[in-house]
Amino acid sequence: MYLRSDERGPAVSRRLALRLALFGGFAVTLFAILFLRLWLLQVLDGEKYLAEAKNNRTRSFRTSAPRGEILDREGKVLVANRTSLALQVNPRKLPADSRQRRAELAKLAQLTHSTLPRVRRIMHKELKLAPAAPVTLRQDVGHDLVYYLQENQDRFPGVEVQRVFVRAYPDGTLAAHVLGAVGEINEEELKEPRYKGLQPGDKIGQEGVEDTYDRYLRGRPGLTRIQVDALGEPTPNGRLVSKPPAPGKNLKLTLDGPVQAAGEAAMAERGLPGGFITMDVHTGEILALGSFPTFEPSLFTRPLSQAQVNETYRNPAAPLTDRAIAGQYPTGSTFKLITAIAALESGNLQLDEVIEDPGQFEVGGEVFKNAGEAVNGSVSLVSALEVSSDVFFYNLGYRMWDSGQLQHWAHALGIGRPTGIDLPLVNETLLPSKHWRDQLFKEGGTDRPWSAGDNIQLATGQGDLQTNPLQMAIAYATLGNGGTVVTPHVGKEVTDAAGRVLKEFDPQPRRHVRINPAYRAAILEGLHDAAQNGGGTSFEVFGNFPIPVAGKTGTAQRTGHADQSWYGVLAPYPNPRIVTFVTMEEGGFGAESAAPAARKILEAYFANQLAHKASPEEESEG
Amino acid sequence: MYATRTRRARPEPFAVHPGIAERLGLPYMDGTLALSAAALVAFSVFTLAQATKQDVPGSPYYYVDRQAIYGVLGIVSMYLLTRIDYSRFRELRVGIYTFLCVSISLVFVFGFAARGSRRSFELPFFSFQPSELGKVLLVLALAGFVIDGARNGSEWQRTVRYLCLGLFPAALVFLQPDLGTALVYGAITLAVMYVGGVRWTHFAVIGAAFVALTVAVLVVAPAVGTPVLKGYQEQRLTSFLHPSADPSDAGYQQNQAKIAIGSGEKTGRGDRATQTRLDFVPERHTDFIFAVIGERYGFIGAALVLSLYALLIWRALRIVTLSKNSYGTLVAGGIAGMLLFQVFVNVGMNLGIMPITGIPLPLMSYGGSSVLATLVAVGVLQSIHMQARLSQKGRFAW
Repeated sequence: MYLRSDERGPAVSRRLALRLALFGGFAVTLFAILFLRLWLLQVLDGEKYLAEAKNNRTRSFRTSAPRGEILDREGKVLVANRTSLALQVNPRKLPADSRQRRAELAKLAQLTHSTLPRVRRIMHKELKLAPAAPVTLRQDVGHDLVYYLQENQDRFPGVEVQRVFVRAYPDGTLAAHVLGAVGEINEEELKEPRYKGLQPGDKIGQEGVEDTYDRYLRGRPGLTRIQVDALGEPTPNGRLVSKPPAPGKNLKLTLDGPVQAAGEAAMAERGLPGGFITMDVHTGEILALGSFPTFEPSLFTRPLSQAQVNETYRNPAAPLTDRAIAGQYPTGSTFKLITAIAALESGNLQLDEVIEDPGQFEVGGEVFKNAGEAVNGSVSLVSALEVSSDVFFYNLGYRMWDSGQLQHWAHALGIGRPTGIDLPLVNETLLPSKHWRDQLFKEGGTDRPWSAGDNIQLATGQGDLQTNPLQMAIAYATLGNGGTVVTPHVGKEVTDAAGRVLKEFDPQPRRHVRINPAYRAAILEGLHDAAQNGGGTSFEVFGNFPIPVAGKTGTAQRTGHADQSWYGVLAPYPNPRIVTFVTMEEGGFGAESAAPAARKILEAYFANQLAHKASPEEESEG
Repeated sequence: MYATRTRRARPEPFAVHPGIAERLGLPYMDGTLALSAAALVAFSVFTLAQATKQDVPGSPYYYVDRQAIYGVLGIVSMYLLTRIDYSRFRELRVGIYTFLCVSISLVFVFGFAARGSRRSFELPFFSFQPSELGKVLLVLALAGFVIDGARNGSEWQRTVRYLCLGLFPAALVFLQPDLGTALVYGAITLAVMYVGGVRWTHFAVIGAAFVALTVAVLVVAPAVGTPVLKGYQEQRLTSFLHPSADPSDAGYQQNQAKIAIGSGEKTGRGDRATQTRLDFVPERHTDFIFAVIGERYGFIGAALVLSLYALLIWRALRIVTLSKNSYGTLVAGGIAGMLLFQVFVNVGMNLGIMPITGIPLPLMSYGGSSVLATLVAVGVLQSIHMQARLSQKGRFAW
C-alpha cells in the first residue's frame, strides 16, 4: 500500500503515478474509440445514413388503379370492375400485448369465417414480403361486418377497411378460359422483368388474356408520399407528392359474344369434357374458344374455401384446363384432310385415282379395318372423304410411310408445333415421325422402331398423334384460305376509356404453304359431300343446314377411354370465311356429339343470314 | 483520530487586503474544469431549446426552462462545495454511507413509479432521484473507508470489504430496478479501489468473477429457468449485437439513433433533422440526447461535445495528482472514473457500440438529479483543487 500517510502532499508516489498514467491511457483509448466511431458514422457512412433517415420519415401510400375492361368484338363488356371492401390489419397498430393481439385476431378470424391459424399464416406470409404494411385478411367483406367493425373500433385497433377494385363478370362463366383471372403477384413473379416496379400485394393477370395483355390492362397505381413520425402518423403539412392512379386500358377481344355463348351452351348441353374453337380463316381472329367443364372466374376475386379449392384444382375433370388449346388428343378422321394434301402435293396420289376399298388393308401381317367394318368398293379422293374410307387413307399412309412426306405437310400446316396464340398455358403436342420414334426406341422409351403401321395410323389421325382443336383449326384454315398459316389470336385492340384505339393486334401469318387450287377444290368438295351429300358422314347433322359447308367427322380411339368425337367444318362452301372445330371426350362418333355442337355454333355465326333465308320461305308459305 | 486540521488564518501584520476575486476564491479554482462543465450545461440547454419545442404541447420551453434552472442550481451548488473543505466528508463517511443506503431504500416505500421502476421521489417541483446524488455520496464515503481501512486486515479482507461496501448500494439500485445506475456504482467502486492501490491480482480475480457472473446471468440463469434480469433488461443488453426492424424492440431504437447520428454528416441537418424530431429516436431529451446533437450539429457539434468531456476528465485526472491528501486523490479518481464510464457507455450506446443501459449523459441529458449530482461532483473536484492550491500557497483565504 502506498497510502502511507494521509498528509502525503502533492508529491505522487511512483506506483500511483503508474496507475494514473494507465488510467489516463485508458481514458484516451476510450475517447479515441468514440471519435473514430463518430467519424465512421458521420463522415465515412454519412450519406448512407442520410438516405436511410429520409426513407424513414416518408410513407408511400399506393392507391390501386382499376384494371381496364375486357370487351368482345362488338364492344360488349365481358369483364368489368366493381369496388369491394377489403378487411386489412395494420400490424403496427395491433395491441403490443401478445395475449390481446391473439384475442383480437381470433375474434377477427371468427368474424371472417376463418380460423386463427389461417389468419396467422396469411399475416406471416404477407409480412415476410412487406414488413409493417397492412395485410389484407379478407376481400369483399359485407357491409354488415364493416358497420360492426366501425361501431366497435376501439375493440379492434389496427383493423382498417379499404376500398379496392375487384373483377366483375356480367356473363358469369362466359369465355372464362380466355379471360383468365387476376391475383396478387407472388414472390417469383416480382423478380420477373415484366413486373418491374410492382410491389407485393399488387394485382396482376394470372391466366388468359388477363395475363397476356396484363401490361395494357394493369394501369399504374397512384402514389401519395407523406411525411410521418415514428408511429407512422402523418405530420401536419407533411404531404410531399401526390400522383393520381392511372386506370388500365380497355382490351377489345376478337371473340364474338353470341357465337361464344352458343358454343358453351352446346358443350354444356352434351355435358362431356371437350373444347371448341371458331376462327376466321383469313385473319386468325378467334371468334369463339371454350372448354368444358368450365369455372366461375369470379371465384378468384376472393379467397377460396377448401371446398372450392378441391373443386377447381383437385377435380379430375380439370375445369381450369382449356381443352381447346391445351388438349392432347388423337384426332381421328379429321386428320384425313392433311393426309390428302400431303399425298396429292407429294405425288403419291393423283386426283382421279381410284383405290379399291375391300373393307380392310393388310401390311406386314397386320390388318387395318374400316370403322364399323364398312366396305366402300372403288373410291376416289372425293368419295373417300365423303364416306370417310379408312382403307383409302391407309393406302396413302403406307405409300408415304418411309418418306416423311406426311409429317412434312402436317408440320407445314401447324400440327405439333407452337401456334403463336396469345394465350398462356399451351401444352406440348406431338406429331409422330420416323425420327421421333427411332430416337425413342434407341433411348429405350418404346419396344419397336418406326414402322409402316405407325404411318398408316397417323394417316387416319390415330396412334401416337397428340394435338388439339386449335392446331387442327389452323390446318383447316390453311386449306380454306388457300395456303396461309394464320396466327390465331384473341386480342383485337387496346382502347382508352373514350374508346379511341391505341393499338391494334394484327399478327403476321406464321408462313405460307403452296397448295394446288385444284387439290384444294377437290378436298373441299369431298368435305362438302361428307357434310351435305346423302351418303356423307355428317349428312344427318348438316344435310338440312341452309348454308353450304365442308365438314369432316372424326372418331378417335384413345386407350382407356371410349371413342372421342371430333368435328371440323369450314363455312361457307366453297369460299370459307370461318373454321370451327369441336371435340368431346368419349363422345362416340363424330356425327354423334361434336357435329351437332358445331352446327349450333354455325347457327349462331350465320344467325342473320339464316333469318333472311327463313323469312322469304315463310312469306311464300303464307 | 483523523480529525482534519482546520486551520484558521492568523491575522498577518502586513496583510494585503484581498480583492473580490481573491475573496471569492476564483484564483484557486480550476477555471478550465468549471468552464467545460458550464459549457456542457449551456450546450444541453441550447440543444433542448431547439429539439424539444414540440414535445410538450402548449409549453415549448418545458424542458429548456427546467434544465436551465437545474443548471443554475447545480452551478451554485458547485461553487458552494468549492468553498467547503472536502476532507470533512471523510469524517462523515459513515453518515454519508448510511444516508445513501437509506435514501435509496426509501424509494421502495415512497417512490414514484415510472415505467415499471421506482427510482425517484415526487417533489412539488421536480422528482428527485436519490441514486443520482448517491453516485457522489458513494465516492465520498468509499474513499473514506479505503483510507481508514488501509491498515486493518489482510489485503484480501480489505478488497472484499471495499467490494461489499460498493456493491451493497449497487444491489439496492439494481432492485429498483435501475441497471444503468447500478453499473455506474460498480464502476465507481472499481475506480476508487484502483486508485486506492488494490493489487492487480485482485482485479484479475474480480474480472474473472464478473465474466462468470455475466455468463451466469445472461446464459445459464435463463436456461435453468430462473432469470435474474427482467426481459427488457436482457434484451437491451444484448440487442446491440443484433439490430432489428421491430419498432418496439431495443435494437430498433439503437439503430434509429445510429441513423440519426450518421445522417448528421459533417455539419449537421439543423432544423431539417427528422430522426430526432419525428420520434424515430426514443428518449431524445435524456438517454439519446447525443443522437440529437449528432443529427442537428453533425460531426462538428458531436466532436465538440466529446472534446468538452475529454477536457473535463483530463482536468479530473489532473486533480487526482494535485490533491493535498490521499482522500482527495481517491475522491478525484472515483469521480473521474464515474464520468469516464458514464460518457463512454452513453455515447457508445448512441453510436451503437455499447448496450442500452439507461445511463444518462452527464450534464447533457435532461434531468435535475443527474445535472445536480454531476455538478456537485465537479464542485468536490474544485474543492480538492482549491485545497491543494491553498496548501501550496501555505495560507488560507478564510
